[in-house]
Amino acid sequence: MQQIINFILRNKTFLLFLLLLSASLFLTIQSHSYHKSKFINSANFLTGGIYESVNNIGNYFNLKTENAILLEENNRLKSILFNFKKDTLKEEYIDSTTFNANYKLTAAQVYKNSYSATNNYLTINKGKRDSIKQDYGVITSKGIIGIIDNTSKKYSRVMSVLNTNIRVNAQLKKTNHFGTLKWNGKSPKYVQLVDLQKQAPVTVGDTIITGGLSTIFPKGIPIGVVSAFKIDDTENYFEIDIKLFNDMTNVGHVYIIENLDAEEISTLNNLDE
Amino acid sequence: MNNAITINIARFIILILLQVLVLNNINFLGYINPYIYILFIILYPIKNNRLLFIFLSFLLGLTVDLFLDSGGVHAAACVTIAYIRPVLLKFSFGTIYDYQTIKFSTTEFGQRLTYFSIIIFIHHLILFSLEIFNSSRIILILKKTLFSSIFTIILCLLITILFSRKNK
Repeated sequence: MQQIINFILRNKTFLLFLLLLSASLFLTIQSHSYHKSKFINSANFLTGGIYESVNNIGNYFNLKTENAILLEENNRLKSILFNFKKDTLKEEYIDSTTFNANYKLTAAQVYKNSYSATNNYLTINKGKRDSIKQDYGVITSKGIIGIIDNTSKKYSRVMSVLNTNIRVNAQLKKTNHFGTLKWNGKSPKYVQLVDLQKQAPVTVGDTIITGGLSTIFPKGIPIGVVSAFKIDDTENYFEIDIKLFNDMTNVGHVYIIENLDAEEISTLNNLDE
Repeated sequence: MNNAITINIARFIILILLQVLVLNNINFLGYINPYIYILFIILYPIKNNRLLFIFLSFLLGLTVDLFLDSGGVHAAACVTIAYIRPVLLKFSFGTIYDYQTIKFSTTEFGQRLTYFSIIIFIHHLILFSLEIFNSSRIILILKKTLFSSIFTIILCLLITILFSRKNK
């Protein structure tokens, strides 16, 4: 016993070093798997609060571009609305926008954004208090941003599409061939679409949208255009580079999508198990 | 002594805020960021309680991890360089280190450059290896390590030169 205590006292520095190193390695390994990095994330009151106060100063500089984006989006939505009205004048519930809604949208502001690491996250200013939960989708008017990964009371962390852990169901706009959206960690302008059947008629410049197979995103949210493609090693699937519509290095305001039917769909899918 | 504690606490807070709010948004050429918060570990007094020093380094890394959502990569890198720092000090400064009387502002520039370069390079290598965590991307790890190290070394030297003038 005496010797054990002596050993610990003699090597206390080394033992402390080992302890702390293994603690940090544990956290590192956890952060590399989806949905496990619970403890260390920027959606807490300290880091969220500091990012918030800095953002309060910084967002004045982006007002001009944000206004331009909003105007562009309003323009698009107005033109859809005006052209839509003519065919549906007989629609009874035209004034009730919440009637039969499947999706609920919440606007949020980005406090922190990163794009140079291999696993990137964003921090936004809506959290549990605004009934935001894990696995809600996050988009802008131009296209997808990511998936909510962790929430605290006032803030939540979004796993960006620029994260090597992300998997999103995506498809071609012109046909229903679908694949999985991934990121290879290289350029913040491009993401990759894999597992798309070889029969699909892919050409450079095709638009890629989200597929309706997952409950996170509704079908038809734009992602990007095909910039290059090749057949993968198994010779059965395409590997496609997609140029994102969004400039991921400059994200100001986002929308959070809640699928109100998500629970029902997932219980239905779980019946088989 | 009291003075040294205040200086180190202030340095701890200022360096973290500077790192996460300013320097991590540089993204020079898309991916090069300097990580100068490790100046805290580099300039920590030589005469110290090693247990406390290692623990503080861990805390420093963990706080940066909290802000940057990087799991525990900064903590691991910081703990490692804090543990091997005495060896590096002995290697770079030689015999003066044995008397434990180094003041970083009075050492020769060449010796200081060796010390800074080795410690920063080791830190960045561990940092990027753990962050990318994929042996097939070793070229990317080395590229990031090399360029970010150069950026960090230059900034660290400039900062130490800039702030040491006042003491004289």
